[in-house]
Amino acid sequence: MMADLEAIEREIPGVPRDAEGPVFKAPWEAQAFAMAVALHERGAFSWKEWAACLAEVIAEVRRRGEVDDGREYYRHWLTALERIVARKGIVTDALLEGRRHEWEEAARRTPHGQPIVLE
Amino acid sequence: MSGDHDHDHGHGGSELSEMDLRVRTLESLLVEKGYVDPAALDRLIETYETKIGPRNGARVVAKAWVDAKFRAWLLEDASAAIASLGFTGRQGEHLIALENTPRVHNMVVCTLCSCYPWPVLGLPPVWYKSAPYRSRAVIDPRGVLREFGVTLPEDVEVRVWDSTAEVRYLVLPQRPAGTGGWSEDRLADLVTRDSMIGTGLALDP
Repeated sequence: MMADLEAIEREIPGVPRDAEGPVFKAPWEAQAFAMAVALHERGAFSWKEWAACLAEVIAEVRRRGEVDDGREYYRHWLTALERIVARKGIVTDALLEGRRHEWEEAARRTPHGQPIVLE
Repeated sequence: MSGDHDHDHGHGGSELSEMDLRVRTLESLLVEKGYVDPAALDRLIETYETKIGPRNGARVVAKAWVDAKFRAWLLEDASAAIASLGFTGRQGEHLIALENTPRVHNMVVCTLCSCYPWPVLGLPPVWYKSAPYRSRAVIDPRGVLREFGVTLPEDVEVRVWDSTAEVRYLVLPQRPAGTGGWSEDRLADLVTRDSMIGTGLALDP
């Protein structure tokens, strides 16, 4: 895993980090990061492919004139992740959309303080 | 303080932020299809537990230990006192500091729908999110504390606080003896994440 993290640092530009390694501003950011690492480990894509996909998303953000100062880095990361899994035929957009509604529904019917789970 | 108090959430249900929703959506599909193993994700995330933010909470606690005025402000209005140090959450949730004393030990539960003050505590530990921790912490807090290696004298009252969507808690641990004259930086190193959840004490020097 450590070798993997070194590869990420080498191949993927802009990963927010401090002296000890990547830093995250919220739990979901770490989850999004971990999913990419796990998918790469399983051979779903190479870091070069991942870097290209992420760069593509960030280029679109810039073209749209949105703020791109690093604060939204993991939002773009997640967009790239959704895109690359669709391209690789791992998870289709339609599947993502359907599942999103299921989670929204699950959250609505879950009293606060209970774990939100799918039925 | 059991789980049956009013978890007022406005409409009775829970909400996921846009980003939480997208992450859960993708993660659940990848797990289902066998592309990622949730235990492996947890292990990876665990390595970053203390890496979200530069351990802001420890700075807050250390300052409260040396600065009586700040301490009073923190206990009066933690959100404002903490914001004055530049640490703020995105959702503007209300934060309350709970003071540990020789008579009272505070302990916090509930991250099940992201009620965790991560701007000051970093990522919630994996165990903290587990249903067994939450239910046992409420029923048998001393037993849970013992498992964390914390044995409190019988005459110390243990108070368990259950976060809500609107209110999150930060435990202000007791300052360890033998640290008179220490700088804030040095003191901050004694403040563990667990001591700010109440499942641990500040380290002895």
